[in-house]
Amino acid sequence: MSALQTLIDAIALGTIYALVAMGIGLVFGVMRLVNFAHGELITAGAYALALTNHLPLVVSLVACFGVVIALALAMDVTYRPLRTTTPTTMLVTTFAVSFLLQAVALLAFGARGENVGVLPELNRAVAIGDLRVRWVTLVSIAVGAVLLGATAAVLARTDIGLQMRAAAMNARTARLLGVRASTVIRFAFLLAGILAASATVLLTVQRPLVTPSYGFQLVIPALVGVVVGGMDRLVSATLGGFAVGFAAAVLGDVLPADGRVFLDTALFLLVILVLLARPSGLFARSRAAWERL
Amino acid sequence: MAEAMLEIRDLELRYGSVPAVRGLSLRIERGEVVGLVGPNGAGKTSTLLAIMGVVQPYRGEILHAGRPLAGLGTDAIVRSGVALVPEGRQIFPELTVEENLRLGLVGRRSPDGAAEDVARVAALFPVVREDRHRPAGVLSGGQQQQLAIARALVARPDLLLLDEPSLGLAPAVVDDVFAVLAEIRESGVTILLVEQRAQFAVGFADRTHVLANGELRLTLTPADADDTARITAAYFGRP
Repeated sequence: MSALQTLIDAIALGTIYALVAMGIGLVFGVMRLVNFAHGELITAGAYALALTNHLPLVVSLVACFGVVIALALAMDVTYRPLRTTTPTTMLVTTFAVSFLLQAVALLAFGARGENVGVLPELNRAVAIGDLRVRWVTLVSIAVGAVLLGATAAVLARTDIGLQMRAAAMNARTARLLGVRASTVIRFAFLLAGILAASATVLLTVQRPLVTPSYGFQLVIPALVGVVVGGMDRLVSATLGGFAVGFAAAVLGDVLPADGRVFLDTALFLLVILVLLARPSGLFARSRAAWERL
Repeated sequence: MAEAMLEIRDLELRYGSVPAVRGLSLRIERGEVVGLVGPNGAGKTSTLLAIMGVVQPYRGEILHAGRPLAGLGTDAIVRSGVALVPEGRQIFPELTVEENLRLGLVGRRSPDGAAEDVARVAALFPVVREDRHRPAGVLSGGQQQQLAIARALVARPDLLLLDEPSLGLAPAVVDDVFAVLAEIRESGVTILLVEQRAQFAVGFADRTHVLANGELRLTLTPADADDTARITAAYFGRP
């Protein structure tokens, strides 16, 4: 496999991780809550796709987006009492919700897993010069870029986006100006849901076997990416997600076949090294430039 | 008696078991400018935060235009016509001047007339006209204070609360700020002005209350502005 091929695959996986990381970052920004249960949005979306395999594609997609967005908004309601609690309570609660949802999936669908068969044609390869690239790779990059750009545009251009940015920068002052916390938080969960559902569709093409821990396994590295990138800024959190996805794909190609089991080990070793060198995050900007008396 | 723009009755605020304000009563008529001065920790900012619904009263009542504010969220209080220029200005340094101003529009009761109100503050504050697209963090302290006041005004409040607008500003810049406040007063906005530097407030407000240790000590009028001995005495608890 050529270096260029590896690069394209890595960009594609990085883009999917970036969608997940951006969703986590959006919610963290306005609520200072790390939602470990973000992965269960992806699991739920993947089951929605798997259970509608036999139905027309449009129905599958509507089911996936509908289930994921509904679950995201339900999380908003569930987490509402946490807004005045400590970060530790928030963290433990989202963990609990994550495990609860995984247990529900286990009871409902079993541990064996279900296969998602929507959009199988995206697994076909297309030849570009010497390269053979699967369609899903190209589609992931294109769809991911459009969604990341669209989310950035919503944040930059719309009134609700401005309110979200203000709430993320200084929640107290935003409130004093009349910004409604519940409105911006609900909107953050809505955007996170849309991004998670999109990531689900792209991901299930490459990894069709859905188990109760499907999303959880993805969210842990994505969260690591968010931390590595720099949690307090959406851009750096998203870039961090991209970097982890990218690194995971490259490591997967570079490591010898019997060394693949060490992929997570290698990834986390990389993360430790990065955080030793840049504790506030790989892409975090120095705050000093903005501080003024 | 006509309804006061703001009436505070026997307000007690506590942080845990520590009282911050004890039995404060205060009445501001429509169109009046009232000062609230006192040393650090006297309870001035706490009183403003209680009006904004950020701090819940332990006892007592706050009424805005005759309407009790108890139980209302900050967003509802802002939309009922109360705006705060917070201590330390609290502009968003990474957002542009224009975006900071747009955030002020969030607190309006109605979007009607927003453009006119923005035009009015643009006429009042050069920084709004000339630095619209610059990040607010690069502005000078005086310009940031202008922006913070402009941001409060575009919400079209009938009651404007100012928390130490002179904080950290050079005396000449403070004069500019108070010149603008004089114009705002002319437009009929009721003002509650909190200051640690008493001489600015006493000279400007129709009357100024001295708050120390959470209690009202004394009321001063502009005639007392040069009576520094009296102001100092009130600050340090001597009658």
